[in-house]
Amino acid sequence: MITKTPRIVTRLVWTSCLLLVVLFAVLFLGVSAGSSSGGMFSVLQVILGQSDPDSTMHAIIWQIRLPRVLLATLVGATLSLGGLVFQALLRNLLAEPYILGISGGSAIGAIAGILLGLSHFPGVSLTAFIGSIATLVLILVMTSGQSVLKKESLLLSGVMVNAFCSSVIMFLVSLTQDAKLHNIIFWLMGDLSTADIRQVGILAGMLLPCFVLIFWHSHAMNLLLMGKEMAQATGINIKAVTLTLLVASSLMVSVTVSYCGLIGFVGLVTPHLLRLIFGPDHRLLVPACILGGGSYLVICDLLARTLPEQGEMPAGVITALIGAPLFIILLKRSGR
Amino acid sequence: MNSAVKIADLSHSFGKHHVLRQLAFSIEKGEFFIVIGPNGSGKTTLMKLMAGILKPQTGHVKILGIPNREYTPKTLARAVAFVPQRLPVDLPFTVGEAVLLGRAPYQGALGIERERDLEIARQAMAFTGLSHLSGATLAQLSGGEQQRVFIARAICQEPDIMLLDEPTAALDLAHQIKVMDLMEKLKVEKGITVIMVSHDVNLAAMYSDRVLLLKDGEIACIGLPPEVLSFEKLEQTYGCKLLVDESPLGGFPRVTLVPGRYMDSENGS
Repeated sequence: MITKTPRIVTRLVWTSCLLLVVLFAVLFLGVSAGSSSGGMFSVLQVILGQSDPDSTMHAIIWQIRLPRVLLATLVGATLSLGGLVFQALLRNLLAEPYILGISGGSAIGAIAGILLGLSHFPGVSLTAFIGSIATLVLILVMTSGQSVLKKESLLLSGVMVNAFCSSVIMFLVSLTQDAKLHNIIFWLMGDLSTADIRQVGILAGMLLPCFVLIFWHSHAMNLLLMGKEMAQATGINIKAVTLTLLVASSLMVSVTVSYCGLIGFVGLVTPHLLRLIFGPDHRLLVPACILGGGSYLVICDLLARTLPEQGEMPAGVITALIGAPLFIILLKRSGR
Repeated sequence: MNSAVKIADLSHSFGKHHVLRQLAFSIEKGEFFIVIGPNGSGKTTLMKLMAGILKPQTGHVKILGIPNREYTPKTLARAVAFVPQRLPVDLPFTVGEAVLLGRAPYQGALGIERERDLEIARQAMAFTGLSHLSGATLAQLSGGEQQRVFIARAICQEPDIMLLDEPTAALDLAHQIKVMDLMEKLKVEKGITVIMVSHDVNLAAMYSDRVLLLKDGEIACIGLPPEVLSFEKLEQTYGCKLLVDESPLGGFPRVTLVPGRYMDSENGS
């Protein structure tokens, strides 16, 4: 019976608490690990403010590691949530900002902004947003009508949009010898190393309203799973909901892309895992994607930092190594 | 003011293709009203216009006396529930959760369910004979059971008017009768106006109070089943040979399709 499953509010509280604990544990791990490790206890001392503010450890943690793990949290949360929203809107479990090409469109916008010499915020964020909206419109036009529901046409258009975006990016890059772009390869695979705590604060300020807005529409996303017509006949203002979700998710994805480049497949992996654990209800999945997706990228970044014996690799390498095989498995399974 | 639905001067076209032309009719409260007609005669478009999914291009659709463009999506969903032709059977929810989605017009944005919502969902599942399946996922059910899940979901909207687009099309005989009986029970016990598109003229004859026969987006005939389901009107509209006599059950017409080989022998002799 319906009564046997606990009410949604209870489940929401438990899910959030559980994932919050996981996130804090992962954050602590992320702050502790690194080339100059001083042990977990000394890390705890630094975080609790019981250490010498002039020590190296203090500087490393507050100026390098903490901004980095917090940035990873925000980016992971955003990309996971972006994946979840696109999957609900397009009724396709393989939809994801990176696969659809929306990240690529943001990247074109961001690089154009950098080349024009705009400030990072709001200039580059804005050009990235314009880029993502342009790709989004392109994808929606290409797949308009019934074919939206067909995964093949959606994926094919994504492949084409991505191919187009990468060539535009390479074109822009080859136009310039600017030192600004010496990091371009790193950036294209997702770079979380450039953060300072002030940037993280600005990013959080832009992302949190999007998170709240999307959570507010989480039950509408449940209803959207029935298809647009049935959702509308159940009292959903389909145009308003679709537009709000598309703009909010494109905005937050493009902002994160403008900060740390292209990190793929996060929006595919986390919603899929979290659906297996918590079920299909978006009222649980939205907070779960924010907290769980944050944890996931912190772990991926931790691996990217610690696996190579010298230096580090972009976090996008790890997420793609995990995500691409999963994508193929999902595609094969859904084809049955 | 007894009309559940009143349609006046309603036309609709997709591009240059005119699907409906200047329809005008009304459906009374508590009626069991069935729309029949050949493929492409505009039945589904008419249903979508009544459900508010399509906006009328010309003319108007009045629901309970008020033009449906004056409703908000939520208030319209409290008056009219819709079961489309193609059901989202890939919905990942359990039967209980899927049925509960029908309470959305009465809930806040987050759809937090109250005791009353759960009670109505339970009643709707009992009404449709699904209580024992509430924990099952949709994929585990038969076609007839899936159809009843979406009917139960529609009942949860506590509508005055229930719209169904070919609910029996994909069902075997037993499930067809079960769904039709359910609709009759809905009309008799709950006083809900049932409006249905069907391809099955015999089901229309057996269950409907009135029948609307559409042809090329126009009303070919509207009225009581014996008037509409006459030999001449059906042959004219569908363009095939039919036999119409009275059902052995009595009181309504029975339509029999005539296979081509009978026609050939007739012509030959």
